[in-house]
This record gives sequence, C-alpha cells and structure tokens, in this order.
Amino acid sequence: CDIDILKEKIGEVLLPGDEFVFESEDTIFLTDNVKPERPVCGPGLRQSGNRLVVSKSGVLRHKPPHTFWMDSQQWRYVPAKAETVIGIVTSKSGDIFKVDVGGSEQASLSYLAFEGATKRNRPNVQVGDLVFAQFTVANKDMEPELVCIDGSGRANGMGVFGGGGLLLKVSLGLVRRLLAPQSDIRSDLEQLFPCELVVGMNGRIWVRASTIQQTLIISNLLQSCDTLTAPQRREQFRKLQKGGL
Amino acid sequence: NHKVSASNNVSLREFGCEQNLLSRPDGSASFVQGDTSVMAGVYGPAEVKVSKEIYDRATLEVLLQPKVGPAGVREQSQEQCVRETCEAALLLSLHPRSSLTLILQVLHDDGSLLSCCLNAACMALMDAGLSMSCLFCGVTCAIGADGDIIADPTAAQEKESRALMTFAIDSTERRVMMSSTKGSFSVQELQECVAVSQKASEKVFQFYRDSVRRRYSKNL
Repeated sequence: CDIDILKEKIGEVLLPGDEFVFESEDTIFLTDNVKPERPVCGPGLRQSGNRLVVSKSGVLRHKPPHTFWMDSQQWRYVPAKAETVIGIVTSKSGDIFKVDVGGSEQASLSYLAFEGATKRNRPNVQVGDLVFAQFTVANKDMEPELVCIDGSGRANGMGVFGGGGLLLKVSLGLVRRLLAPQSDIRSDLEQLFPCELVVGMNGRIWVRASTIQQTLIISNLLQSCDTLTAPQRREQFRKLQKGGL
Repeated sequence: NHKVSASNNVSLREFGCEQNLLSRPDGSASFVQGDTSVMAGVYGPAEVKVSKEIYDRATLEVLLQPKVGPAGVREQSQEQCVRETCEAALLLSLHPRSSLTLILQVLHDDGSLLSCCLNAACMALMDAGLSMSCLFCGVTCAIGADGDIIADPTAAQEKESRALMTFAIDSTERRVMMSSTKGSFSVQELQECVAVSQKASEKVFQFYRDSVRRRYSKNL
C-alpha cells in the first residue's frame, strides 16, 4: 500500500522539499472492503492532491493508524486553536485585555471569559499579570483570542496566577516533551523536590518551589534540558539528588 | 576554448556548518566555505510595523553586515539577491501581516561571499522552523583568463577572473532561482557555468542533509 513508503521513513531526518507521491487508484472495486489509506498530515507536512511534501526539517513521527508529522526544534510560537499558553497581560482597554503570547501579534482576552465573571463582578487582572489561557480563535488571518474557561464555563486550572515564581522561556520541543503522557523529564523532576509547574505550549514555563534556591535550580535544569542528551540529563539529576549543587 | 576539470567532479572547498548557535534569534546558523565564513540569524514570525505589513503574506527583510565598515550599496544589492531567493523558497502566505528578519554577518571573506551568504541563510531559515517549499544553495563560478571555469573561487581567483557568477539553485528540480553576474562572458560559457553550479549543488544539498541529521541525532 502507498502509505508504506512513508512508514519506511519514520524516525528518519527529512528536509523541506522531500516529496512522497502516492499513486492514485483509478478503479474502485465494489467488492473491496479495504479503502485506500490516506495519510493525515500534521505540522511540517503539506498535502496537495496525491503528493505529500515536507515543509520543515526534523524527524518524521507516526501515530497509528495513519497520522504523520514532523518533530522539529523550534523557539518561536505560532498560535493554534485549543492550545493552552502562558500569556502576559500588556494592556487593559475597555472590555478586553491584550495579552502577549510570544507570537506575531498580541491576543485578546475578554474580561467575561473568566469563571464567575459578570459585568458587575469583574475579574482582578492587572497589567503585568500572568494568565494561563486557551485559544478559541487562532488562525493566520484573524487576531488570536484567548479564554480562561472551558466549554462548560469552569476555570479548569486556567486564570491568573503567579506570585513568587519564575517564568522561563524554553524551546517548543521541550514543552511538548514535558506535557507528553509518559514524560521522563517530569518523572525525574518529581523525584527531586516538590515544586509547582505551569507549562504553556508557547514555550513558557513558570516554576515555584519552597525556597528561592530550589526554584533557581529547577529553572536552570529545565533550561539546560534543551541542550543535553537523555543520559547527560539523568547524570545532572543524579548529581543534584545526591546533594551537590 | 575552455576546459572544465577533466574528471567529472567539481571541486569545492571544505564546508563547515553549525545550527542553533545563538541564543537570542529564533534560528541561527553559521556556514564556512574554505576561509569564507558567514553567520546568519533569523527572527520571526514576529510583529510588523503597519507601514510595512502585507495583508496576505509575511514581510521578509534581509540585512547584510560586512566585516569592516558600515553596509553600503554593494551590500544592499547582495541583500536583494538573498531576499528574492528566500521569498521564492519560503511559504510566506502562512504568516500574513508578520515580519521575518534575516541578519547576515560576514565573519571573513575569502571569495564566493554571496553563495556563502545564501547557504548560511538557508540553514538558518531551516533552524528557525519556518515552512519552506524547497531548499536552496548558492554556488559561485569564476571564468579565468584562459577560459577555464572554477567553482567556489577564493578571493585571489576571483580577482584574476574575467567573469564572476553566483547562482542560487533549488533542491527539488535543480533550477536556477537567482543569478548575479559580473564581467564579460559568452552565452555558451554562461550555460556551462549553470551546469557546473547544478552539479556542485548536489554536494551542498548532501552536506545540508548530513548536517541536519547530525544535529537531530543526539536527541533521537
């Protein structure tokens, strides 16, 4: 089957311009139970007709049955719908807050998009506050819009936060690795010391531990995870657990 | 009457490349050809001034800083060559009303500067994760006084040549995306230089692939 051409390349490094061509099936057999499998393209892959072209350099990843995407290293965030991000409130004008999410333009957050907010009961949000919010509108043509409530009107962990912690900027790949279901980095961190972590998909992480020193240690560790390989990282964690600083 | 090197192989200087070496830009790369060395940094997609915004695509700005002195008219024409090539390879319509900034810093110029800039630019754009429809590379050819074609000339070879040409070649169909020429040459010599450049571009693209593979190998 044609998808096998792609499946052979899973785990390989591909460059923009690499192309996969699927032969189109001209005849449809009425008695066939098997439908021709069409690949579903994720980030970094573009499909036009029966051609699939790689548009970002990275490693080809696969999720059965036929979802493919390019796993690439990137620092700059591009807003996408339903992603949760950490934003910094930059201005308050009338009914809307302008929030900096690290993208090409600022996102807007309505004051009514908080749990329990009404026109009389306004949320306590000041310029400079950190908000954990989700995109409801995020495409290349429109201004991105954020909300701090989920579909049923509950906050679900979103909203204003931030006293006493440290905000860091890391690569988007590290954030995805932290949020993955079985994350090595997260399980290693859990064994160090108790800390509070807010992870935004725009590459921003907020950390707070019981002392300032522990907060700084964790933030340095997270920032170095970008450049260390897995064995080097485990070595660092082990050194810290033994008490060396 | 001319001669291309007797073996079918085009000889280029030794390449070197490193990606993600600067901490501030969203993408960065340095490219070395022999002694010529250029560093590139990419910022974007970022906010753009309303006066410069384009409603349906990103605005690409290229800045080339020479090693010594301020940028002048020669740098501006080189910037335009690089900008036209990048605009043809990038998928700019994915980021309307955004800005992409590419900054090239010349670290050392020992000939073939424009092609080194193009190569550094391509690696930096890839490093920044910007969507591209194809890769591109730059190859410079010099036609010597006795008519022989030298690919990837040094500064001394460039000085003694009677014509100097730089071509940007794309990775999918090996076609010429941009050409910048200086000096006097015949139509046939031009076509031969294009053929030499296309052959040399294979080596450059293979080098790109090996570099990116090496970069991702430590995370795999």
